[in-house]
Amino acid sequence: MSAAPLILGIESSCDETGVGIVRGTELLANTVSTSMEQHVRFGGVIPEIAARAHLETMIPTLQQALDTAGVSLDDVDALAVTSGPGLSGALMVGVAAAKALAAATGKPLYAINHLVAHVGVGVLDGGELPENLGALLVSGGHTEILKVNELTSDVELLGQTIDDAAGEAYDKVARLLGLGYPGGPAVDRIAKEGNPKAIRFPRGLTMPKFVGTADAPGKHRYDFSFSGLKTAVARSVEQYQAKGLEVPVADIAASFQEAVVDVVTKKAVMACTEHGLTSLLLGGGVAANSRLRELLAARCASAGITLRVPKPSLCTDNGAMIAALASQVVSAGVAPTGLGFATDPGQPVTQISLTA
Amino acid sequence: MLLLAIDTSARATAALVRTHGDRTEVLESFSTDRVNAHAEVLAPAIAGMLEQADVSGREIDQIVVGVGPGPFTGLRVGIATAQALGFAWGVPVGGACSLDAVAWEAAAAGAATGRFVAAIDARRRELYWGVYDDAARLVDGPHVGPASAVAGHEVFGAGAGLYPEQLAAAGAQVVAGWTDRQPDAAALAASAARTLAGGGELLGTTPLYLRESDAKVPAAMLKQTGRPA
Repeated sequence: MSAAPLILGIESSCDETGVGIVRGTELLANTVSTSMEQHVRFGGVIPEIAARAHLETMIPTLQQALDTAGVSLDDVDALAVTSGPGLSGALMVGVAAAKALAAATGKPLYAINHLVAHVGVGVLDGGELPENLGALLVSGGHTEILKVNELTSDVELLGQTIDDAAGEAYDKVARLLGLGYPGGPAVDRIAKEGNPKAIRFPRGLTMPKFVGTADAPGKHRYDFSFSGLKTAVARSVEQYQAKGLEVPVADIAASFQEAVVDVVTKKAVMACTEHGLTSLLLGGGVAANSRLRELLAARCASAGITLRVPKPSLCTDNGAMIAALASQVVSAGVAPTGLGFATDPGQPVTQISLTA
Repeated sequence: MLLLAIDTSARATAALVRTHGDRTEVLESFSTDRVNAHAEVLAPAIAGMLEQADVSGREIDQIVVGVGPGPFTGLRVGIATAQALGFAWGVPVGGACSLDAVAWEAAAAGAATGRFVAAIDARRRELYWGVYDDAARLVDGPHVGPASAVAGHEVFGAGAGLYPEQLAAAGAQVVAGWTDRQPDAAALAASAARTLAGGGELLGTTPLYLRESDAKVPAAMLKQTGRPA
């Protein structure tokens, strides 16, 4: 295989059907079909609806990606697919399709970790990843802080949400405030018109008993919780309604957003500082949030941490990130996974690509 | 004509079948009773079947896939697999009602006379079922519903063994020896081969879900829109 392998990656862990094609660190195609519109009336992703949509869009998405890249399936050196973490029924559509492509063509197949791929995609925008790298992943399904010792073989989970993902909290709050779905952009937009200090909403898992000190870390030093925050917003809305007052939607949105972004950025920077991480990569759909980017940039700058944020189309779920990480895995000489693996809805970040 | 058939409406099954006139020869076949393992086992099994038969995928004339009805997640594995194989090989992919496979076996064995029902488990105390004529052609259905709603004929298939009392109450008769039969890819291939030989067309590959997803619109959303989902 040449130094720059041609990799086709398939992603179907949530509501985006993605097929991406990369040659080494060069992005050739990033085709995404989303079922987001079908989830709007529910205010959140419905797994069965997402899985049905994957089946409908998989082959057209694949065809379009190949056309965009100007390559044929025969040209591809290796195939890659998200094996987890994600929604079980959704994952299985992508995995079944990828395995069939591998069985039909005899190409090697790599089962790739969705979360680590959010980091690996960084190579497509800005080239090689720096050493001493941390990653902050914030999306509708995930909120994690990772320590990337070696992208293809050694990634540690430093912290994660113990209940809702940040993006999920955005969706639920947007629903409460009647702002529609997806909640992230909607809340971000209206928050610009509100006062982020109007209401002091709770910052989850920031009490000393959870955080501890650098020397004696608490159980949840780098962990997040957004469930209580969501409830606090609901109580706040109810209080206004009970008094017959107009709900100050912009102020609540801004104050909620500030609570999320404050704790997420603070803990990410703290984790970097305490683990000698000098660069931080931001990934996931919520990376597009303007206040998150602003505050994270400011806090990273103050702490001397270099912040790297891939372009938005690479931060949301996509197939190019699966191909990008797989390309690094292939180049590192890791053996392919083969056809026998199972999907793993809870795949840990320590399993970057599954072994056969 | 060389057919590859796949059905994952109950078990994961696949068969490589060659037709000789109206006779079919099963070159290789595979099935597993491991539920929830369809996505794990199906593709390796198909790769192994082709290797055993020393057949290249591009030699296949037609892929036939059971489009259900059946439990959704497993069903999609078979269809996604069939679609991707067809795409990679440039081979046409057609669908067939999975119950056709049970009906085909019942008719081929001479066990079914007149109109009869093929039924499999739909979970939630319901059955997927359809009415077939004595030549195993679907005449009514497929349906999903309680055993008490099944048409009053002889019933073949794994669904028959689940609720014998309700079926009897509905005037349907459970056929001894046929109460554990699941859709099988080789039978599906034979049924589809007849359709094609007779100039008929296969179904598309859209699953016969027969049920909506269970999603409920949350109360907060209903309040905003003022209408139910």
